[in-house]
Amino acid sequence: MSWINAVIQGILIGGLYALFACGLSLLFGVMNVINLAHGDLAVVAAYVALGVVAITHVPAVWAFLVVVPVFAVLGYVLQRTLFQASLNRSVLTTLLVTFGLSVVLENGMQQFLSANSHSIDIGTLVSASFSVGSQIRIAYLNLVILLVAVIVLLGLQFFLSSTKNGRLIRAVADDREAAQIAGVNYRHVFGISAAIAFGTVALAGIAFGMFSQFDPTIGTDQLLLFAFEAVVIGGLGSLWGTLGGGILLGIAQAIGANIKAADQVLAGQLLFLLILIVRPQGLTGRRERA
Amino acid sequence: MNTVQEAPSVPVRVTRARRSTTWAAIAAVIAIAVLSYLPYLVYTGTTNLLANFFYVLIMASMWNLLAGYAGLVSVGQQGFIGLGAYFVLILADQGLSPFLAIPVVTVMTAVVGLVVWWLVSRLRSGYFAITMWVIASVCELIIIQISALGGGTGTALPGLNLSPTLLNAYTYWATLTVAVIVLAAIYYLLRSPIGLVLTAIRDDEAGARSIGARVAGTQRLVFMVAAAGCGAAGALYIISQQFVVPTAAFSVQWSAEMIFITIIGGIGSIEGPILGTIVFFVLQQTLSQYGTWYFIILGIVAMVVAIWAPRGLWGLISDKLGIRLFPVGYYLWPAGAAPKRSLLPGPPRLTISDLSPISRPSYDSATNRFRRLPGEP
Repeated sequence: MSWINAVIQGILIGGLYALFACGLSLLFGVMNVINLAHGDLAVVAAYVALGVVAITHVPAVWAFLVVVPVFAVLGYVLQRTLFQASLNRSVLTTLLVTFGLSVVLENGMQQFLSANSHSIDIGTLVSASFSVGSQIRIAYLNLVILLVAVIVLLGLQFFLSSTKNGRLIRAVADDREAAQIAGVNYRHVFGISAAIAFGTVALAGIAFGMFSQFDPTIGTDQLLLFAFEAVVIGGLGSLWGTLGGGILLGIAQAIGANIKAADQVLAGQLLFLLILIVRPQGLTGRRERA
Repeated sequence: MNTVQEAPSVPVRVTRARRSTTWAAIAAVIAIAVLSYLPYLVYTGTTNLLANFFYVLIMASMWNLLAGYAGLVSVGQQGFIGLGAYFVLILADQGLSPFLAIPVVTVMTAVVGLVVWWLVSRLRSGYFAITMWVIASVCELIIIQISALGGGTGTALPGLNLSPTLLNAYTYWATLTVAVIVLAAIYYLLRSPIGLVLTAIRDDEAGARSIGARVAGTQRLVFMVAAAGCGAAGALYIISQQFVVPTAAFSVQWSAEMIFITIIGGIGSIEGPILGTIVFFVLQQTLSQYGTWYFIILGIVAMVVAIWAPRGLWGLISDKLGIRLFPVGYYLWPAGAAPKRSLLPGPPRLTISDLSPISRPSYDSATNRFRRLPGEP
C-alpha cells in the first residue's frame, strides 16, 4: 500500500515540477539557451511573496497576483537588455551570464536575507487533507498545485497555438532567420517568451514556498536540476511531455524516499541519467540532436 | 589572353618566440626557484594561502582548456574535484601516503572522466553544462551514503603524521609542483598538433569539423585531461585541509570560482587564468571581512566581461602591449626583419593583416586580371 501511496504523492508533486520546468523548456525551445538562474529566480519570487504578504497583509494565496506580473515584466526587461546582449555574443556567453546571475542572486540573498529557512504561511491549508481508503491521504494543497499546473499548461498550449504572439513564438523557435525575413522582430518575441518563463517560474516558486521550507541555496541545489530533469525526461518541445516528465520525476523521488529518505533526490537523478542513455530525446520527443 | 599573375613570394620568416617570450621564460625559471625556496623564508600562513592559490589556479586552467579551447562549458567539474579528494581518502585508508596518492588519483579521475565522456559526449552547450552538474550531484549523493568515508558529516584525512611545519611545507611543494606540471602540460598540448585542432575548435567548431579536424577525439582527450587535472586539484585540496566533507568538496562554488576567474582573466589563453586567479585572491583577501560581497562583485564583473570584453583582462593587455608570455601561435617576419637574438629592442611586429595584400592579391574584373601588387616593378 505504501508503494501506491508513493506513486500518488509523486504524481501530485510532479505538477509542481512541471510548473518549474515549462519556463525552462520554453526558453530553451525558443532561444536554444538554458537559463541557469531559473531555480534562483523561483526562490527570489518566494521571498518577494513573503515581503508582499508582510507589507499588505493580504492572504498569502493572493500574493501571486502581484508577484507574477512583476516577474513577467522583469523577464521582458532582462531579456531585452542583459540576455540579448549576451545572445549577440554567443549561446555559450549566455550560458555563462545566466550562471553568473544565478551565483549573484544566491549570494545576494544570503547576504541580505540570511541563510535561514522560511516558508509562506497559508494557515491550516498546508496540512488539510482528505483520505482515500485507509492509508492514502491527499493534501488539498498538493492537489491544488497540480490543478494549477495543468491549468497553466493548458493556458500556455492555447496561447502558443491560437494567439498571434504564440504563433510568432513558434515561428521563431522553428526558424529564427526565416521568421526575421518575414518581418518578425525576434527580439520582442524572445522578450515575450522570457516574460512567460519568468511569470511561470514565479508562480512555481510561490507554490513551492507554500508547500515546503526554502532558503537561498535551494534554487541551485535542487530546483534548477529538478526542472531540467523534468524537461529532459519528458522531451523537449512538448508541454504535455514536460508534465509527464515532472510526474515521472516526482514518482521516482517518492519511490526513492520510500526506500530510504536520503535516496529521494538520487532516485530522480538516476532516472534522468537512465533516460539520457536510453532515450536522449525524452519520452515524447522526436529524435533530433539535443 | 587572360593571364593570371602569380603573387610573388616574399621571404617571410616564421618564429614562435619573441622578446617578451624570452623574458617570460627567464622570469618563469626565477619565479619557480623563488617559490620553491619560499617555505624557508615566510610564515606558514603565506605558504598556505599560496597552496590554496595553486590548486585554484589548476582548476581554472583546466576549465579554460575545456571551455576556452574545446568549447565544452561545464558547470560540473566539482564532481571530479570531490572524487579526487575522496579517492585520496580511500587510498590513505589503505595505508598509501596521501602525497604518493596524488599521481594515482590523477589517473583514476582520468578514467572516470572517460566513462563520464561516454555519457555526455553527444550533448552540447546548455545540455552538456547542466548534465555535468547533475553527474557531480549524483557523485556527492552516493559519497554521502558511504559511512566508511564519513558520510555527510565528513572525516579527517589519515596518514599525515608529520610535524605541522613540515606538513605545510610538503603540501606547499606538492601544490607548486602540480601547478607547474599542469601549466607546462597545457603549454605543450597547445603547441602540439592537437593545439592547432583545439585553436580551430575555439574559433569555430563547425568550421573545424568541416575541414576534417578530429574534433570528437580531441574533445575526449581534453575532457579526460580536465578531469585528471581537477582530480589532482581535489587531491591537493584534501591534503591542504586535512579534512573533507561532501558538501564542500562537491560544492558548485568550485565551478563558480573557475568560471569567474577564467572569464575575468581571459578565456582562451594560458595567461588568462593566471591573471584571473591573482585578481580573485586579491579581491578575496581585501574584502574578506564583508562576507560574500567579494563573490557578488566577482560575479557581476564576470558577466560584464563576458559580454563586453570577451577576451578578458589578458586580452586587453596583450592587445595593447602585443605581448604573449606563452606563445602557442606563430609570428611572421618579413625578410631582413628576423628577430634578433639579443634582448635589445627588435623590429615592429608584423601581423597577418599587414601581409594580406601579398597573400591575397585582389582581382580586377574590369581587366580580368589580378591587380598588381604593392612594391612590384
